[in-house]
Amino acid sequence: MKNLVIGATVLILCLGILYVGVGLEFGVPLFTDMDEYFVSHGQEQTGGNNIVTDIVFDFRGFDTLGEATVLFTAVLGAGLVFRKRGEDEEYEYE
Amino acid sequence: MNMSKIVREAANLLFPFILVFGFYIVLHGHLTPGGGFQGGAVIATGFVLLFVAYSYPQITERIGVGALHNTETLGLLLFIVTALIALGFGVTFFTNWMLDIGPILNNPVAFGPNPGDLNTAGVIPVMNIAVGIEVLGALSVIVLYMMSGTKETI
Repeated sequence: MKNLVIGATVLILCLGILYVGVGLEFGVPLFTDMDEYFVSHGQEQTGGNNIVTDIVFDFRGFDTLGEATVLFTAVLGAGLVFRKRGEDEEYEYE
Repeated sequence: MNMSKIVREAANLLFPFILVFGFYIVLHGHLTPGGGFQGGAVIATGFVLLFVAYSYPQITERIGVGALHNTETLGLLLFIVTALIALGFGVTFFTNWMLDIGPILNNPVAFGPNPGDLNTAGVIPVMNIAVGIEVLGALSVIVLYMMSGTKETI
């Protein structure tokens, strides 16, 4: 039963990849409403020439806030792992 | 352990040019490809070049871990405060409030390809600088943390 489920999952994944690779034409996306809106209104609404930066910092600012928070948390984690150990603290390197 | 004198001199020579290129990418983020994150990563490579050329004790005499960590925190705070100021003008969080208020960063932009003007795009250049500061602090302090785990003698 387990093997059947794994086999079906792999088969569906392979068919999906095959469909994306063969069935869809490259450079012709299915849904173009959003990108056409960004390209035609981005410069006028935000004033920046670089559409990517317009989207990242203006249209989707919350996304960038999350990304900055992730980076901050990563630094906190690295500082926790590589912190100075006390003399009486027990640890061992593997 | 220091690298050889050739490596150290080459790192000293290249460091200011890497900084200038990185800050160029950050400041022109709203005009040319790139932006805060990419420019900050370029600046961090300059710092990492110094870190690998010199030993950890020599580096921490000049650049402290706390200073880089404070740089990162300052960038994140500048980013959030810039977004929060919009609330004071009666618009929502993360609105591009500089576009309507004040003479700075407010020039009109023509649609389509144009030569580009640094004095445009409202709040976007400020946020680019904030994210650039944050990324340069974060990526270099991670490498500095990892170097602190090495057992080396001068």
